[in-house]
Amino acid sequence: MTVAVFFGCAFIAFGPAFSLFVFTIARDPLRVIILIAGAFFWLLSLLLSSLVWFISIKASNSQDLRLQRDLLIFGVFFSVLLQEVFRFAYYRLLRKATEGLAAISDEDTSAISVRQMAYVAGLGFGIMSGAFSMINVLSDSLGPGTVGIFGDSQYYFITAALMTLALTLLHTFWGVLFFEGCEKSRWWVIAAVVSLHLLVAGLVMFPLDAAGELHITRASHYCFTFIHTARVI
Amino acid sequence: MMRMKNSSRVAGVAVIVSKTGLADNFSPHTTCPNQNTGVYSENYGPDLANCNVTVWNPFGNGLSYEDFAFPVFALKDENQTQVIRKCYEDHNQRVNGSAPKYPLCAMQLFSHMHAVTDTVTCMRRTDLQNRFSINPEVLCDPLSDFNVWTSTRPLNNSAKGHAADESVVIAATRLDGRSFFWEQAPAAEGTVSGIVTLLAAIQALYPVTQEAPPTRNIFFSFFQGEAFDYIGSSKMVYDMKRNDFVIDLDNVHSMLEIGQVGLHSGRSLWMHSDPISRQNKSVDTEVLEMMDRMRSAAAGLKLTVDHPSVSQPLPPSSFQRFLRERQIPGLVLTDHNTSFINRYYESMYDDAENLNVTYPPGLTPDEQLVYETDAAKSLAEVATLVARSLYVQAGGNESNLNNITADPKTVAQLLYGFVIQKNNSWFRSLLPPEVTKKGVNSILSSGPPQFYIGLGPRVHGPAHSVTRFVQYILANLTGSVTNLTESQCQNPSELSTENKDLFSYFWVSGPASVNSTSEPFCVRASVRLSKAVSPAFELLEYGSRNYSTWTESRWKSIRARIFLVASRELEMLTLGVGVAVLLLSLLVTYFISSKAELLFSSARETPTTTY
Repeated sequence: MTVAVFFGCAFIAFGPAFSLFVFTIARDPLRVIILIAGAFFWLLSLLLSSLVWFISIKASNSQDLRLQRDLLIFGVFFSVLLQEVFRFAYYRLLRKATEGLAAISDEDTSAISVRQMAYVAGLGFGIMSGAFSMINVLSDSLGPGTVGIFGDSQYYFITAALMTLALTLLHTFWGVLFFEGCEKSRWWVIAAVVSLHLLVAGLVMFPLDAAGELHITRASHYCFTFIHTARVI
Repeated sequence: MMRMKNSSRVAGVAVIVSKTGLADNFSPHTTCPNQNTGVYSENYGPDLANCNVTVWNPFGNGLSYEDFAFPVFALKDENQTQVIRKCYEDHNQRVNGSAPKYPLCAMQLFSHMHAVTDTVTCMRRTDLQNRFSINPEVLCDPLSDFNVWTSTRPLNNSAKGHAADESVVIAATRLDGRSFFWEQAPAAEGTVSGIVTLLAAIQALYPVTQEAPPTRNIFFSFFQGEAFDYIGSSKMVYDMKRNDFVIDLDNVHSMLEIGQVGLHSGRSLWMHSDPISRQNKSVDTEVLEMMDRMRSAAAGLKLTVDHPSVSQPLPPSSFQRFLRERQIPGLVLTDHNTSFINRYYESMYDDAENLNVTYPPGLTPDEQLVYETDAAKSLAEVATLVARSLYVQAGGNESNLNNITADPKTVAQLLYGFVIQKNNSWFRSLLPPEVTKKGVNSILSSGPPQFYIGLGPRVHGPAHSVTRFVQYILANLTGSVTNLTESQCQNPSELSTENKDLFSYFWVSGPASVNSTSEPFCVRASVRLSKAVSPAFELLEYGSRNYSTWTESRWKSIRARIFLVASRELEMLTLGVGVAVLLLSLLVTYFISSKAELLFSSARETPTTTY
């Protein structure tokens, strides 16, 4: 819409992530490195999954709209699975790194615990995922117009920003849960995280008319995950 | 439009151009066209100046000369207009008398112009840029293009100034038009009628002038830029004065100009003359003789020509610029006695319908090309009259007059090409191969040609499309086919048999038939172009009162878009929510992280004290 909407949506989408970064991560260089590396891992997973989708699109009939839509849904689910695979890969990498970190630190143990690494890795995933889903929308919101000339809702920008906010925080919590599940070998936790991620992605794919409806579903999953995380911690 | 100009709430206007509901008359030009650059002023016929005697364009509302502070766009595409209408109906209409609710449909018009105020200001700024800046940014360009001229006896183009032993009768007409919108000027009655008449007259005259040449040379000239204070004719007169042209004013014997002649059907044609110059006895005698010759030439045709009974000035015409320098005997031939018959003078509605050029339904384009409409037949009559009068005026023998007849088929083809469709098979055969083969941006795009003068070679490529058409049509009608190859055609001076001073050489496509492609060949004709830019820009007098000082501003992009606009409250709400979320998250995070040890006392500190 205008600059006001641009800043409003930017603050909504990235406000908590920014404040988390400023107060918990920025002081410690090790955490910053883990954050950036986590973001990079998410980016890699997106690259690979988009490559798969792109090849499938090019190989298929471009006129068949239904097939294209189905391929898109397949692409999204494949991307979710790939993100979780990369989250696992990052966990393995960080586990290997703790021994090295313990060796170079002054004390006996490593300067950063697995739980803290899980939180930082999850936040890294979340920030990158949020950026990718929001930057396009933000740049369009700078112009004078708003969404709606083809019949869509005019609350699209706010909804997208709130969705990005939720996605960022969800990724953080899933990171913590996932690493905890891998540590304690509780496979049902990992399965729950993956299935939740799939469920959320699936909800986004279904065209929901009222922005509010989408919101409530998001909020419920958010609460559930938060409670579970608190229990784990 | 004037109400919108004075209102402070109008940010732009989009005009939907449609054929239905056309007003009875509409002319955005002034009531007295070119009144400051004609011949009548305080020094010359003051009681005739400023249309005191006859208002030439009574329907004129002067809209083209108003300064609008907002963009005005013309929407011609029906699909786009439909989209805009739909957006308005869906979002902006009042429901039960209450104001429409946000989001509302809005339109943004981009047409940033680099030039401001007037020509003097923007040319001064351009000159400063050219002198002091490394990357000079030009703000505006003078309107310029080319006049087209030819003659029955070839004139040596390299010999400038007075041509010895040449007495010339000038036959002239204008090449351009304009309307309220940029580059929209169908100018059918205002300009095309004159062009077609003169071209057909040239074609009718040419064979006879080769067999039985008249005493004097006949010089045909098509002046570009006449709508903008006589750019072309003032430049030619200026060149003649400075001995920079093939002939000069001493060579000119008399002049006949063709004005608007398209709407005369059934009525008579009128010969206008200048009463002030006729106070001179010799000029008066010559003018009376010219009128007699015209009347006798018309006697054999189904036309009547007459002189207006009231002593009135000349209508706006290029002849006035010649009169400013020298009192030459001359006539202006029009279809109107006092005011214009054309009710859409210099507007975008002066098109084929205004000229009564209509075809019966069911004809293919090629059939329409050669179909002789009534308008074509009547213009052919006028062309015959013009050709015969010119022949006699130039001293030709009256016994040859019956051989001079304009061909209605040529007139029909010309009319079709100039008011209906310029991309037709005949035009394609006349033009060079690189023009006919080009893509979308060539001068042979679909639809009728537009007669706005444009900015000339430096900005827009070679000459304007209409100038090129007239040049190549003249080459076709008066030229001769040669055996030269393409490279010889480009450089004819290498051959001893060809004379580049007397002739121009054109490499044209040739007619294409269904089975085969066209075979290009070289045409030799004595058709030339002469620069038509106002002398004010050569003299650097940007505020000149004697010459045209019209310029056109430069711009970067002209486009429009429609979208929905949200209410201010929603935008502020979004910003407020964003700021609130940011502040809240900063507070919460700071609070939690500073009290982290207290809140997240982990299992390490479980008090299992053993006392």
